[in-house]
Amino acid sequence: MQVVVIDYGMGNLQSVLRAFEECGADVIISDQPASLKTASHIVLPGVGAFSDAMNQIHAMGWHDAIRHEAIQSHVPLLGICLGMQLLADTGCEGGQTQGLGLVPGTVQKLVPDTPQTHIPHVGWNEFHRVQDHPLFEGIADGTDFYFVHSYHFKPASGQHAIGSTPYCGGFVSAVQSDNIFGVQFHPEKSHRPGFRIIENFLNIN
Amino acid sequence: MQFHTLFSKAVPLLWYGSHVDKCEKLTRAPGGTRLCEASSIVVYKSSLLQILRLVACEVWDHLLHFVTLLTHRIIPCLDVKAGRVVKGVNFLGLRDAGDPVEIARQYDEAGADELVFLDITASHEKRDIVYDMVRKVAEQCFMPFTVGGGIRTIDDVTALVQAGAEKVSINTAAVVTPEIVRQTAQRFGRCATVVNIDPKRVPRDGFEERRAEREKQGLFAPHAVIPDGQPDDIVFEIHVHGGRTPTGIDAIAWAQYIVELGAGEIVLTSMDADGVKTGYDLVITGGVSSAIDVPVVASGGCGSPEHIRQVLTETDADAALAASIFHYGEYSIQETKQYLHEHGVPVRLTH
Repeated sequence: MQVVVIDYGMGNLQSVLRAFEECGADVIISDQPASLKTASHIVLPGVGAFSDAMNQIHAMGWHDAIRHEAIQSHVPLLGICLGMQLLADTGCEGGQTQGLGLVPGTVQKLVPDTPQTHIPHVGWNEFHRVQDHPLFEGIADGTDFYFVHSYHFKPASGQHAIGSTPYCGGFVSAVQSDNIFGVQFHPEKSHRPGFRIIENFLNIN
Repeated sequence: MQFHTLFSKAVPLLWYGSHVDKCEKLTRAPGGTRLCEASSIVVYKSSLLQILRLVACEVWDHLLHFVTLLTHRIIPCLDVKAGRVVKGVNFLGLRDAGDPVEIARQYDEAGADELVFLDITASHEKRDIVYDMVRKVAEQCFMPFTVGGGIRTIDDVTALVQAGAEKVSINTAAVVTPEIVRQTAQRFGRCATVVNIDPKRVPRDGFEERRAEREKQGLFAPHAVIPDGQPDDIVFEIHVHGGRTPTGIDAIAWAQYIVELGAGEIVLTSMDADGVKTGYDLVITGGVSSAIDVPVVASGGCGSPEHIRQVLTETDADAALAASIFHYGEYSIQETKQYLHEHGVPVRLTH
């Protein structure tokens, strides 16, 4: 097993790396797209704004490498937070920007549904499965995970929404398309349930 | 009706009866389940009244929109000097009582929702020690944490983020150079950009003089915004340098301004309430939290779980920060959360 955490040059990825290590993975952080060739699992973390992240992904040559491994080689890929959002076709944070186009959908700003609803959505909130999936094995509906975000993934079709969270009237907090997964929360910051998600992901081949 | 569509199969509402462990999920039955069957429901703060009205009308679809289960965060704040935690925490029974990594681990296990490390090292030359501490905490602890104190420039912010802090909290520097808030948000996102505001009640006359002085210098000098029902001869003025220096800036107007600049969260520490342990300042916390649309962390004055309940139910604050009640073992995180839970405040229970 070789887990590769994609470093597109926008921040510290140690906590993601360490969480995967704690879950028993052989994991590296890499800024070299060629490293994906030997990856058994790919992790796309999230730091910063959508447009900046996509610019970096293009500039460092990640775009085609990620798409190739995920689509042609069917390597399991997990996008975390902004990393989940980058899987979409387009995002609007920092101007309309094309995403990786791996899960059909767009990324939009959260819209408060009550005057007391504050954005960003920060803190521990419930996760509910919309579809059952091995990624959620051992996770009870209603389990709290840690969220920090102002934007959310809106899948083009309900079939790609596998999990949801009740905030701003409810948003999709997990997506899937074949071997490609995204979670809006931070498993690496979500205590034992977060580790369970990581372990489940590592068990997907 | 996105929520409705998503949950066409099962409605993820948790109905809490009088017993915590007996929460059960209801399935959306054709025609809807009668709302009056539930003894109580978890709702988000002041939407309660709206919910009750809807309950009376049995309007399901609207109800869904008002129910949200974001828990309120309980956040211990740790003072750090030269990379070591100072004050309290002896009760945790640690081998090394000043080790930030051990303390973070303990608080994580105890169910703290986030941690704040506040660097109180006087000298700016020793920043490397802080970065080293942040690196260690980020590598060893799997919980969210914020680092504040001593940030002067965007380079200080960058160094903290690169060391592994997911949020940085800016205080004096935001007043001295508001631009740093915009830069931080641009570079690391609004979510990573926390601004501390330390208001203190002052007589209006003195405030007006300082405000006029700022205005003369061409600085941001808004008129005071008086919270509802408060006397207008008292102003909540921002103080910096650990509460020692008045700025001539009104707290509510300042909060609105820095949110515009890019702040994604405000930590509001009342200088009047801080250290007194008689409860959070509900007036200014209410004033600020209802005036802005980003999360507000109430800080200063916590002496008991009841104080936390008050500030989370009587204001729009999203989270409560406390120091001594946890560090000196007066209350554990768990009993605090249990108390809040029993009083209808949604919190994350881990045990």
